[in-house]
Order: sequence, then C-alpha cells, then structure tokens
Amino acid sequence: MSHLSPSGPAVLTLDRVAIALGGRPVLRDVTAELRPGEFVGLIGSNGAGKTTLLRVILGLLRPDGGRVEVLGRAVGRGNRAVGYVPQKAQIDPDTPLRGRDLVALGLDGERWGLPLPSRARRARIDEALRAVDALSYADAPAGRLSGGEQQRLLIAQALLTNPRLLLLDEPLSNLDLRSANAVVQLVARIGRERGVTVLLVAHDINPLLGVMDRVLYLAAGRAAIGPVDEVVRGDVLSRLYGYRVDVLRVQGRVLVVAGGELVGGDADMCGHAEEQWPERLALGGGRP
Amino acid sequence: MTWLGALLPPDLWQNEQVTNALLVGAVAAVVSAALGYFVVLRGLSFAGHAVTDIGLAGGAGAVLLGLNALWGLLTFCVLAAAGVDLLGERARERDVATGVILALALGCGAFFLYIGTRFVNEPYILLFGSIFEADAGLTPPLALIGAACLAVLAVLYRPLLFCSVSPETAAARGVPVRLVGLLFIVTMAVGVAEAAQVVGVLLSTALLIGPAASAMYLTARPGRGIAVAAALGVMETWAGIVLAYDSYYWTWPVSGKGWPVSFFITVLALGVYLLARLVRPVGRRRGEHRPPAVHNPFPEALA
Repeated sequence: MSHLSPSGPAVLTLDRVAIALGGRPVLRDVTAELRPGEFVGLIGSNGAGKTTLLRVILGLLRPDGGRVEVLGRAVGRGNRAVGYVPQKAQIDPDTPLRGRDLVALGLDGERWGLPLPSRARRARIDEALRAVDALSYADAPAGRLSGGEQQRLLIAQALLTNPRLLLLDEPLSNLDLRSANAVVQLVARIGRERGVTVLLVAHDINPLLGVMDRVLYLAAGRAAIGPVDEVVRGDVLSRLYGYRVDVLRVQGRVLVVAGGELVGGDADMCGHAEEQWPERLALGGGRP
Repeated sequence: MTWLGALLPPDLWQNEQVTNALLVGAVAAVVSAALGYFVVLRGLSFAGHAVTDIGLAGGAGAVLLGLNALWGLLTFCVLAAAGVDLLGERARERDVATGVILALALGCGAFFLYIGTRFVNEPYILLFGSIFEADAGLTPPLALIGAACLAVLAVLYRPLLFCSVSPETAAARGVPVRLVGLLFIVTMAVGVAEAAQVVGVLLSTALLIGPAASAMYLTARPGRGIAVAAALGVMETWAGIVLAYDSYYWTWPVSGKGWPVSFFITVLALGVYLLARLVRPVGRRRGEHRPPAVHNPFPEALA
C-alpha cells in the first residue's frame, strides 16, 4: 500500500524464533520483519502459536531460541512502544468502571499511586476516545457496552502510550460480521493516520482481505510472510504445513482446506465448523 | 436539632464508650469500604470472609496467651491471606485453598476458645463484636492501622485497578500482577482484622462487602465508588451504634438488655444493598447496547 515506507527501519524483527511450552514445540522457526505503518494479519488455526508469538513480542515469554526486537531493541515487559489488546478481553457486565476509566488505565495504569486529574490528562484520554469514535459512550459503564464498543475502548486504551506497534489478539472473535468489519476498518485507519504498525491475530483471513498489507501465516511452528496472493496459495501453504493444502477462492473469499479440514482461511474446525461452514458455503452476494 | 435530640437516646453524647465506639466504628467502616471495593471487583468476597474466620483462631489464641485479641486477629488474618494467595494462583485453586485453610483454622479456633476462655461471653465478643466494651487505649493503634491500610491502598491504587480489570494488559505493561495481588490481600487482612474489633469476626464481612457492593450499583466511577462506599459504611455503622445504644431502653422482647450492634449493622448493610440494587442508576443501560443474544449463523442469507 502507498503509505508504506519499505526502506524504513524494522518496527518488529523476528529472527528464527523458537519456543516450546510444556515440552511441546509451539514455534520452531519464525522469521519476519514488520515495517512502519504496515497492517499485517497474523493467521493460523487454533494452537498454531499466534497468542504465544504475541506473548513473546510483549516480553511475557522468553523464546528458547532466536532474536526478537522491537524498534531494534530486545523486547521486555512494559515497553510503551507496544500497544496490546488481549484475547477474549470481554469486560464483566458488572465492572463498575466507565469506558473512560478503562481507557485511562492505558495512560498510566502501571504507575503507583492515585491518578491526579488534570486537563492535559483528560485531553489525552479524550483524544484516544475520539480516535476510536467512542466519545459518545465513554461515560457509560464499560461492562454494559456491546462487544464492538468494548473492543474500541480497549484499542483506545492501547493507543494512549502512542505505540509504534499495535498487537491485537483475536479482536474479531465474538463480534458479528458488521462489527468485525467496522473494527478492521478502524484499526486500518488508525495505523494509516498514526503510522502505527498493526499485527492483528485472526483465525479467519476473510475480514482482513483488501485491508491488510501482508499476511503472516503460522503453521507447524513455522511462518510465511508476504502479500496474501503470494502466501495464501496451495503450494506455499503445503510447504508450510508439510502436507497437501488447497486454497479455494469463492466469490472473493478464501477457503483453506488442509488435510481434509477447513482451517486458516476460515474457521478452525474445533467448535466453529457447524457455525462457519453453512455461512461460508451459502454465500449470497459476495462480501458485505 | 431538638427533634433529633428527642429521637436519639438520652445521654448519648455524654457516654465515653459511645463516642469511642463511633470513632472506632467510623475508622473500621472507611477502611473496610475502601478495601471492600477492590474485594468485590476482584471477586474475593469468600476469601475476605474466610480470612476473618481464620482470624478467629488467632484472636482466641491471643486470649489464651493473655494478650489482647486484636494482635492475634491481625497475625492470623495476615498469615491466612498470604497463604490463600500463595497456595492458589487460579480462582478455582484459590477457592479450594481457602476452604481447606478455613476449616483447619475454625477447628483451632474452637479448641482455643474451649481451653482458653475465662468468661462465658468471651467467645461471643470475639465472634459478634462488642464495640461498646472496646478498650479506649486501643483506639490510637486502631486509627493508625486504619490510616496505614488506606495509605497502602492509595499507593497500590492504579496498578491494582489495572490488574483487577485487565490482568493480561497490566502484565504486558510491566505491572507485577502477583505482587500487587499479594500486597492487596495482606492489606485487606489487616483491614478486616480491624473491622472484626467492631462487629466481630463473623460479621466483619458485612462492612467489607455491603457498602462496596451497594456503591457499585450507584456509580460507575472508581474514585467516587470508594467515597460512596465509605460514606455508606460510616452511616450504617453509626446508625447501628445509635440503635444498639437506644435498644437498652427498649422493653421488647426483654427489657434491660440491649440488642447487639452487629445485628443492626448487618441489617442496615443488607437494606442499603437491596435498595441500591433496586435503584441501580448504573444498570439502566443494560439491554440498550447489547448485541442480540442469539447468534445468527446466516447473516448474509437474510441480508
């Protein structure tokens, strides 16, 4: 995409990253470089190591091998250059916090002591709320908002440190199709306007088609990165998975069939199959 | 003020025991309410109650050794809280750890009470409180302990709120989540040991949970919520003390015998909680912003 500066320094460097959890190798050899302002979708089926990779980038897990750098420096917890929206970040309906209070934690929630209200503080929080179009419901109790609204608040929370890299772990799960598309568009806009590199985890590639610059595809502990057309292909994914994989394109959508199962391109087969198959196969009028 | 004077029991303000009770009660109520806000937020109500019950064994043990019950309460509450936190990392684990420690401590408490009590009403005082008989010499240390609890809570405030609401993000941002949790539960233990002096071991949960849970229905701002909880706690405690004092003059069900303070406080705490639930300005938005509960697997077929 035109806003990319391919010559810029890498925002995120993954060099032969390997990690095992509980004796089981999760990532074997993951190499990728993310440029400033780039929107990358991190795709893979359940258990492919997507969340593990994010935790490594956040400094919450130490890789067994390889090099991980953000802006040319080794990763560590509390890096304000990295914004993070965790997986299944559903807010308990009875949480006695306004959306605004939740977002404010992103500004200085890690510091000891009481927050001292000030005009500058309020202005920064308002700015983040405006960036995600959440000002209108910022004073409502956060737990009472819809999934899409909560997701926006969490993105605003992650933006408050002015990160150069934004990590979003499955922000589209639990969202209906329309909300999911709205969140994708919003994240893309934020990345573009602020020059933030976005790494968005999803198990379904379809909501990201046409929005992301590149795809980082995880399978069998390895990764392939590149434009969708160059990575999400039968031959490339077959090599990645280590067995035959077919990629079908139906009405502008992508279906990945690996070893007789439908993965990546759509649902992981564990649990969502019944829900996703009929929807995907009964497409009426292309993408909404 | 004359109508108020007529309503209040005679000689209320001349009685030093009463003024001392009002002071100690207010301190315990404020500290409990502030701690209780986070106890409710973190889903620690059971642990909070268990910690005081475990404190009973300490209180009884201190009496057995001829010390003031407060010191035994404090020691055992803190040990219990640390144990509950260190033994159980996950909620389910913590639940089991709490239950096991609780049963053991209650058994020890029963033993100490049986062996160690010299007066018939000592176990009763430990369990249900006796704010009017509170040792006035203990008021300064109680106030000091209360102030220390609030100071620690103020220091912990932001990281504690952060890891109570979004632990993963807090951890990623460098908050020592486990340490903050441990420091909080130990502070809570000190606070409830103090409240146990006012309403007794069994009922200190009323001051811990009641006002905070009520406040959460009334406001969605954390700072304001803690202030509202503290105000409710003080009002419930003071009203309970005044009613208990007044009850010495009541002739029903028996004359010449006052009703216990803790009875009034718990009834008031429950009443306020139910009222707050009923009013709940905070919950009005429920439904307005919820997506439909039933997921439609064929959105495009209907489009």
